[in-house]
Amino acid sequence: MAVTVSRPDQRLRRAPVPGPDGAAPGKRRRFDGWMITGFTILVLVVFLMPMGYMAVTSLKSEQQLANLTGPILPMSPATFEYEGQQLDIMTVPLPDGSEMDLAMVQPGRQVSQFIDPANPEAGPIEWEGNWRVLEPAYELDPQWQNFPRAWENMKFPLLLRNTMIIAGLGTLGAVASSILVGYGLARFKVPFARSIMVVLIATIILPGFATLVPKYALFFRIGWVGTFLPLIVPHFFANAFNVFLFRQYFLTIPRELDEAATIDGAGPLRTLWSVILPQMKAAIVAVSLFHFYFAWNDFFEPMIYLASRADLQPISVGLRTFNTLYDSQPNLIQSGALLALIIPVLVFLFAQRVFLQGIDLSGVQK
Amino acid sequence: MRQGTSRLVATATTGKGAVEHPAAPFRPNRNSLARRRGRAGLWFVMPWIIGFFLWYAIPMLASLWFSFTDFNLVSNEPTEFVGLDNWRKLVTDPDVREAVVVTFRYGIIALPVAILFPMGIAYLLVKRNLRARETFRALFFMPSIIPFVAAVLIFGGVMNSQIGWVNKILDLVGIEGPRWFLDKTFVYPALVFISLWGVGNAMIIFIASMNSVPATLYDAARIDGASEWQSFRHVTLPLISPIIFYNLVIALIGLFNYFVVPFVLYNGSGEPGGATNFYALHFFRVGFQFFDMGYAATLAWGLFVAAIAITGLLFWSAKYWVHYEFARS
Repeated sequence: MAVTVSRPDQRLRRAPVPGPDGAAPGKRRRFDGWMITGFTILVLVVFLMPMGYMAVTSLKSEQQLANLTGPILPMSPATFEYEGQQLDIMTVPLPDGSEMDLAMVQPGRQVSQFIDPANPEAGPIEWEGNWRVLEPAYELDPQWQNFPRAWENMKFPLLLRNTMIIAGLGTLGAVASSILVGYGLARFKVPFARSIMVVLIATIILPGFATLVPKYALFFRIGWVGTFLPLIVPHFFANAFNVFLFRQYFLTIPRELDEAATIDGAGPLRTLWSVILPQMKAAIVAVSLFHFYFAWNDFFEPMIYLASRADLQPISVGLRTFNTLYDSQPNLIQSGALLALIIPVLVFLFAQRVFLQGIDLSGVQK
Repeated sequence: MRQGTSRLVATATTGKGAVEHPAAPFRPNRNSLARRRGRAGLWFVMPWIIGFFLWYAIPMLASLWFSFTDFNLVSNEPTEFVGLDNWRKLVTDPDVREAVVVTFRYGIIALPVAILFPMGIAYLLVKRNLRARETFRALFFMPSIIPFVAAVLIFGGVMNSQIGWVNKILDLVGIEGPRWFLDKTFVYPALVFISLWGVGNAMIIFIASMNSVPATLYDAARIDGASEWQSFRHVTLPLISPIIFYNLVIALIGLFNYFVVPFVLYNGSGEPGGATNFYALHFFRVGFQFFDMGYAATLAWGLFVAAIAITGLLFWSAKYWVHYEFARS
């Protein structure tokens, strides 16, 4: 009903309305559009500026970083090889007011000799003035080897393997258990269903630290501290976010389908497996991606449970250890950060739709 | 509607059964079917029920019990009951007082920003005239996908007072930038800047809720001569208030658990001058560096009680400013 009413209205709203200043409405709208788009680009550039810093710094050498007044981009003073010698290239002001990048053959206080790197056969050029006032010319010199260095020093393949094991098994548990629970809540008249929903929401609000001490004590006593198990097993018991996500999804699948299956003699589990699951691919992909992202990001629990086992730590913990070890080398730190974020960001760019749906539980209760 | 159909089908099938066995009592049979279906459902929910007891209910109770003992995992001496000692320590502990002050100082800036920033971006991104809307949405969301630890390292660099870009840019406009992460006052805005990279989900649901505001209301406001600000204040804001509330609750929970950023920045030392001694950091040190688990459990329970009280207060306040009557439409 609401849809049929609001549609014509929207069309009305789109109709051109002359601006108060009498300007042609189309022109004005286009101008507003460019203003807003321009402003949004500005905000976006400021917002993403730290990523630019990361990319640029990750490509710098130690010397380039140490030069605080040097160029922003990863550039080094340019040199030119002339008759077996490495000559520094300087930016030389010429008498006619223009500037030229010339290789310095003979520095001097009063007169220096240069040659033109573009035309060395022309012979030396003399320039009057103290060479010390000249600025060196810079050329792009990105240090791609920072990435293999960071890769090796943070033991990236090992971190990746650990993260994948934790994320993979955890995803399996999270998806399987949350599907079962969501199915139970969406399709059956479960006793105390309402209380269960309320408690589910309460577990979201509960600060994670509240239960940590006994959980740690338990895992310590049964010998699970120093293994992957505390990071995987709890996910086999469903989690509120995933349950709600699946439950909402179940509610969109027509009930008549299950009923047809029931009449054909399928039990509830069989109905779930052969009738409902094939229609749930999108929700399963979503929950898997969320869990993957969670495991990639998870820091506190892996840190405390794997504190003594550097060989089992996942990426977030490994990156932090790397940071404490290479604190004095910002270029390696930024390379490491880039390595750690590139996979999630690529996954995001390919699966944007899943993430951009957003998770909103505010309407669940009502 | 769906409920109705299913009951109809159920009656139809049992009805057929009744024809075949006219003597069989009709009602109990149907009841037991419903109960059986309910019980089958309970089996499906079982993983969560077990998990709830295993990972929430029992640990909460165990934690409460620990708080009355000197339980720890390192000494060989048996755990002793110490009565209210831990709780007395909690209210007199200067570190707790510092942690509460620090968490409050950060929260007083971080919470409004956690609402206003994603709301502002969402407001821009639902503008009718905006071009390349989808691209902007994805790009504004992207930093939220970046692992926290990586984000902390990036901001640690970009806001570094010597090599960072932020102070270089401030320099260009003639402002001498502060030593962000080394300054007891400026560290809070610096931490808030880091938090901006986590607002993606809040932004997405703000966009969804702003898009669901009926266009007719804006038309009515314009006909009444409302300015852009007035129509935002009196149309948009009340209609998206449930989303503001939801995001506020989520941000508050994030505040109670605030740990990764100060821990990674300063290795948990609480620098500069104790300005980042957040509550969660204090808890971590007591529990997992000194292994004083009894007191750590008390700290956790203290946080739990405070969290319940503050969230409860927020839920109570909701009836004065959250407009649920529109939320369904």
